[in-house]
Amino acid sequence: MAAVFREERGRLLAALVRRFGDLDLAEEVTSEAIEAALVHWPVDGVPPRPGAWLMTTARRKAVDRLRRDQALSTRLAILRVEADRADPSPPVGVDLPDERLQLFFTCAHPALAAEDRGALMLRFLAGLTTPEVARAFLVPRETMAKRLTRAKKKIHSARIPFRVPGADELPSRLPGVLQVLYSIFTEGYAASAGPSLQRLEVAEEAIRLARILRRLLPAEREVAGLLALMLLTHARRDARTGASGELLLLDEQDRALWDRAMISEGAELAAVALTGGPPGPYGVQAAVAALHDEAVDLASTDWAQIVALYDVLMALGPSPVVAVNRAAAVAMRDGEAAGLLLLDELAEEPLLRSYHPYFVARADLLQRLGRLDEAADAYRTALSLAGSEPERAHLRRRLA
Amino acid sequence: MKYMLLINAGSVEDQGCEPGEWMTFDKEVREAGVFVSGESLADLVTATAVRVGADGARTVTDGPFAETREVLGGFYVIDVPDLDVALDWAARCPGARGAGSVVVRPIADF
Repeated sequence: MAAVFREERGRLLAALVRRFGDLDLAEEVTSEAIEAALVHWPVDGVPPRPGAWLMTTARRKAVDRLRRDQALSTRLAILRVEADRADPSPPVGVDLPDERLQLFFTCAHPALAAEDRGALMLRFLAGLTTPEVARAFLVPRETMAKRLTRAKKKIHSARIPFRVPGADELPSRLPGVLQVLYSIFTEGYAASAGPSLQRLEVAEEAIRLARILRRLLPAEREVAGLLALMLLTHARRDARTGASGELLLLDEQDRALWDRAMISEGAELAAVALTGGPPGPYGVQAAVAALHDEAVDLASTDWAQIVALYDVLMALGPSPVVAVNRAAAVAMRDGEAAGLLLLDELAEEPLLRSYHPYFVARADLLQRLGRLDEAADAYRTALSLAGSEPERAHLRRRLA
Repeated sequence: MKYMLLINAGSVEDQGCEPGEWMTFDKEVREAGVFVSGESLADLVTATAVRVGADGARTVTDGPFAETREVLGGFYVIDVPDLDVALDWAARCPGARGAGSVVVRPIADF
């Protein structure tokens, strides 16, 4: 039954934050309302409008709490409660108004520490508990509790607003929200440390959040692009690791294990992202992922098209990481030597010094060119930088 | 809610931008009705630091200080609804450009 509340929890919390302007208060009464439901519903039956029942219960508890303990409460919240009592009728027509969009923008606010934004989203929008959020980011529970407390304090004390940016601000604020979602996804897709390469439940939370955001902002093509990119990447999850959990690259993966339903959903969304205006970076990355997913093997992949998409991506925002991917695609289109030339040009790039995929790409090309000693050197450098154990196992296997 | 905008020059030598831009900004802050207070500070070479030790002894030292990289050149206190509005005012401040920065701090409400 607790799982049923995952979805409700985020909506309820967002609606309460909107009403009371206080994250702590909203969090406490949301939990209390859900606890009350767990006691009453099994006995009395699930009410016809569960969301409205939870909202009414939570609001009543908020009013009680503020009355009981005036010292704890903020003046702002008291004012909201006064207004709330004057107008106690729940909105007609919808079970629970969806105010989560405001919360997305609050959690991803640039005034918050970058590392706290994803944690806030998992806690307040995905409805994870603090220990679950801690596990998602592989940090001790106490550390995560402190970080969440610090972030909430900043939201409250600096009065970071709960609002959706206006149309003029949206282009500058939306990429921040998407970036937070994508960073949660990549933490699940390629864990930065630890025994497993993928943590599917973390990637799936990111997909779930991206689906919510897509429903809330249906006209924003980059939201479609991000969701497409996640789906087209996640579709390969079962093929990405071998029998002993080691990482398998595209050329080693059993493509029969790829999730076809997820690929077609992702491809449709990618088409949406690329239609009706200049493409954004997530839409373009989704298109690259779609080309991989739709190819039967590495050789028949449309590398020319992939190189062209990386050119678009470089034009949108030059990045050494994109340049590495582009070089690998050029190697497939024009041969290893051409790719290696491009990688060598990037050797001085400071951002790539600690980026192990750069050395993996280099090692791979050197190996295919028969320059085995240099390849082994590059693998060793990559191994000294790689994050999770399966990635390291993969590199050790290549080195051997 | 009140916020202080702490206007930092990028270095001691940084004289900031045109006085005309500052006058325009100052006028805008006042006319928008958000101005609470604000001052610009005299040159850093005029600064003096005071410290009082555990024994009550007073130590007075001359500024500027070698470790100072950003130099506080002035401040505004504004009264606006939330952080986003305060950040908008900070972004309009001439002190936010070039090597300078404007740090936005909420005024504590006891």
